[in-house]
Amino acid sequence: MNDNKNKPLSLHNVSHRYGMVEVLGNLSLDVDTHEIVVIVGPSGCGKTTILNLLSGHIQPAGGTVHKAGVTRTVYQQGGLFPWLTVAENIDMGLRDIKDNAKKENELLALLELIHLQDFRNHYPHELSGGMRQRAELARALAGDSDILLMDEPFSALDYQTRLRMRRELVRLLEQRPRTVVFVTHDIEEAAQLADRVLVLSNRPATIRKTLYITEPRPRELTSPGVINAMGEILEELGLRANAEVMF
Amino acid sequence: MRNSLGRFSWLLPVAVLAGFLLFWYIISALNLFPAYALPAPASVVKSFKEELSAGRLLNDVVASLWRVVVGFVISAVSGIPAGLWLGQHLYARKAFLPLLNFFRFLSPLAWIPFAILWFHIGDKPAIFLIFMATFFPVALATMSAVATIPVIYFKVARDYGFKGSELLTKVTFPAVLPQVITALRVSYGISWVVIVAAEMVGCQDGLGYGIWEARNGLRLDSAVCYMIIIGLLGMGMDRLLAQFSKLPNVRWGYER
Repeated sequence: MNDNKNKPLSLHNVSHRYGMVEVLGNLSLDVDTHEIVVIVGPSGCGKTTILNLLSGHIQPAGGTVHKAGVTRTVYQQGGLFPWLTVAENIDMGLRDIKDNAKKENELLALLELIHLQDFRNHYPHELSGGMRQRAELARALAGDSDILLMDEPFSALDYQTRLRMRRELVRLLEQRPRTVVFVTHDIEEAAQLADRVLVLSNRPATIRKTLYITEPRPRELTSPGVINAMGEILEELGLRANAEVMF
Repeated sequence: MRNSLGRFSWLLPVAVLAGFLLFWYIISALNLFPAYALPAPASVVKSFKEELSAGRLLNDVVASLWRVVVGFVISAVSGIPAGLWLGQHLYARKAFLPLLNFFRFLSPLAWIPFAILWFHIGDKPAIFLIFMATFFPVALATMSAVATIPVIYFKVARDYGFKGSELLTKVTFPAVLPQVITALRVSYGISWVVIVAAEMVGCQDGLGYGIWEARNGLRLDSAVCYMIIIGLLGMGMDRLLAQFSKLPNVRWGYER
């Protein structure tokens, strides 16, 4: 457990550029313990760059990144190792547990949690897209990870599977709370999942708007809180029906 | 796919083979070519019996297989690590790639004079030639497989704390294994072709030497019987190597 003074995740005046292209301009962000922050923004605005900075895969050109705890990323697709079975993939998240019996119990609990008990010895290419993402989620939640970074994890799935996966994520996080930074271009996803939505501007990305959603989860897609939040996000992105069309 | 072919699909290749044998029989029965230039099926069968009872054929098979296996294993245990290393280091790749490509395109048979001069007659020159024929394709295929591993695997590996030798054995190597198996199969094909030529000049036994002897004695019936053995053994060994691509942890590499 983190105390209030030390946020598990924070960016302070972070800027980043690829060559001459400035992607992030002075971004600051503190994420509270077990808070779900969803970042939305126009495509190519640097959402994934923020996750790469948070995970430590890239170093910022300016500013500081601070993170406390084991961080794991769930990717859009292809994040499972194809040469390992579902069980072996999830085991990667349990590498720190030395006691084999305890490890097996934990593995069984995780498989049960994602309803893949019957698929423990299947390889990723033998599963559907939704099953693969569930397995990847279980791997990320395994052991004592603290921070979950999600890079459009449901974007490659069909619409109904995506709806189901949102509900699934809410359920999993209820049982195993984590600090989450979730990047997406899906406004519905943001409105249904987030404690806080950050709407980013075009490159170089800055936070245009911060939106807090207090409605308890799981949220109905058609509930007033979600509809209202979607309206505000659309407004901010200039995507309202009466807005001027611009590209 | 397999089901759409029907139950008797195995008859198709049998029919083609029977047709081919019939064609051969008719051509030789018509005496279009002199018997010494195109042996008849019956004389090949007869020489098969002779070679088998003399024990020479079996001895030659063992000699050739031994040379190929030794040369092939030396190539694999040196070429795969070399490829892994080159694949991981951009500068090394830049430095060595032209030389490796040069040797890859150099026919291994060009090394015959050196092979004989350095290793004289026997197993060694043949093994050397097999090595020269297969090391470069194995190393290059492994290298390009490593260089094109999706970055996402390394990001995941980092998240889950794989470092150093563990990263190599648990991420890099399994990620390239399907392509390495394919490369090994291809180079086995090359080495089986090369061994015949190598044994014609550098050896006193082996399948290639058997063909050379048959030519010297104008016994093309015996040469054909060696050719049949070479073809069948090649197919059989390839079948054996193909089993590796059916291992559960490499299936993914062939199903995308």
